[in-house]
Amino acid sequence: MAKRIDVSGLTAYYSAHKAIDDISMTVEPRSVTAFIGPSGCGKSTFLRTLNRMHEVTPGGRVEGKVLLDDEDLYGSGVDPVAVRSTIGMVFQRPNPFPTMSIFDNVAAGLRLNGSYKKAELADVVEKSLKGANLWNEVKDRLNKPGSGLSGGQQQRLCIARAIAVEPQVLLMDEPCSALDPISTLAIEDLIGELKERFTIVIVTHNMQQAARVSDRTAFFNLSAVGQPGKLIEIDETERIFSNPSVQATEDYISGRFG
Amino acid sequence: MSHAVVTDKRPSTLRGASLPKWFAWATAAGSLALAVGIGLAAGLHSKVQWGLIASILFVLGTYVISAKVEGPRQAKDRVATSVVWVAFLLAVVPLVSLVWTTVSRGVKVLDGYFLTHSMGVVADDEVGGGIYHAILGTAQQVGLATLIGAPIGVLTAIYLVEYGRGKLAKSVTFFVDVMTGIPSIVAGLFILSLMLMLDMSYFGFAGSLALAILMMPVVVRSTEEMLKLVPNELREASLALGVPKWRTILKVVVPTSLGGITTGIMLAVARIAGETAPILLLVFGGNFINSNPFEGPQQALPLYIYQQYGAGSSAGYDRAWAASLVLIAIVMILNLAARGIARWKAPKAAGR
Repeated sequence: MAKRIDVSGLTAYYSAHKAIDDISMTVEPRSVTAFIGPSGCGKSTFLRTLNRMHEVTPGGRVEGKVLLDDEDLYGSGVDPVAVRSTIGMVFQRPNPFPTMSIFDNVAAGLRLNGSYKKAELADVVEKSLKGANLWNEVKDRLNKPGSGLSGGQQQRLCIARAIAVEPQVLLMDEPCSALDPISTLAIEDLIGELKERFTIVIVTHNMQQAARVSDRTAFFNLSAVGQPGKLIEIDETERIFSNPSVQATEDYISGRFG
Repeated sequence: MSHAVVTDKRPSTLRGASLPKWFAWATAAGSLALAVGIGLAAGLHSKVQWGLIASILFVLGTYVISAKVEGPRQAKDRVATSVVWVAFLLAVVPLVSLVWTTVSRGVKVLDGYFLTHSMGVVADDEVGGGIYHAILGTAQQVGLATLIGAPIGVLTAIYLVEYGRGKLAKSVTFFVDVMTGIPSIVAGLFILSLMLMLDMSYFGFAGSLALAILMMPVVVRSTEEMLKLVPNELREASLALGVPKWRTILKVVVPTSLGGITTGIMLAVARIAGETAPILLLVFGGNFINSNPFEGPQQALPLYIYQQYGAGSSAGYDRAWAASLVLIAIVMILNLAARGIARWKAPKAAGR
């Protein structure tokens, strides 16, 4: 199921602007890797290069290699659509499809890909909603619109939608930043359960969250506004938060910067 | 304001003198009475002149009185409000009078017989006859035009919003803008020149082609605006699920904006249903029922109105007004249907 990601020499651009510069790292399978760093340092951009969502933005392009178990995502002949169904994504703001019911939202990935058996669909939806800890809250109203749920429920609905297509890797772009602490806790618990099955990468501004949920943490920084973001270091979360090897990391984590 | 000597006579600095609520109505009534007086005294016969004098008096009177009593700031506020009201009335008066005239003159001959019979056995100056052939023609011509214009328009808009980059998209946008301004007679002449080249004679579908040309830019514009309203997050959510772009557009983007797109198409249909010039050039009209839009002249409602009015008989006038009423009713029903569809298809946020 879960796969390892090897990034080497990755540089991403928005038209002429270089957003991230020469990033290399390894994301271990069946673990949670957290990205932390100041705003604008390219965490989200880097995350989006991992499932080829970066190039959806007009002018977005990428140099370098991203290996998913030895297969280069940016190799010639690789279908970005196939990449995205292998590496799922959860966004900052919950974005259920407004025209679809809760059931249809979870089934969307399978239905829209056109590859599913009708009989299995209900099972997959139930399994995914249970996997996202949402089943008990919505099992009686699967036909109601997904936009009628609370923010935290909507975000778990989006997670259910993402895991319904059985990806190898799950990318989360600040999944809790629009949620209250209780919903955040629910998502964090969920991340702990999901890492048994998926490789998870999470971008977060909340350092306590990174410390709580992740096994490894990567710190990104930029030398000045307008300069490309760089990976400063990546290590075991415990080491990053107790005894980082780079001074800049310690400054950022302890709030001493600028 | 401080501990210095207060020269202000008012008891409170927050409350100023204000005019009563009926002030606006009183000023309106007063200026109307004054305008009638002036009109009669000066021997002006036109009611329009009376109305304009009353409007000017109303705005001026509001300002002068309010500035005296309430101060200049409130006076400006009241002037702005009264200008809005005057503008509203100026806009509504012609509309109401148009509907009133059409209804009062149109109901004279409007009945079941009128709707279900043609002009086949009735001379233009005789009483009787009907508009069945014209309704049939309009329905077929507009229906065919919609079948051509709406899909092309919607697809063009999808191209412009979802795919269009660079020079091609820019030139398409430019030409759509140019097409919006094409006079209907020019669209008619364009099709007519094709017909002459192909040595063809009047038929309903030729009119449909011209109407489709007129309809397309309207559909493109409205659909484009609706597609732009779809949040980008929804597209990204779908793409991130591994859904191909074309399916994302088909299953997520278009359904989300379907209500707005339908409204746009309906409004475009309503617009072309009233076109006369291309029908006159290409379909020619006629008094007989012709249910085949691909052969022989057909009638259409706007052209029927024109021809009946042009016939000059009182029976013709009555028929023209009744047909106008039917045309307005059809357009209004289409508009209401569009609103209904938009409300029905709009993404629902409720449902907890």
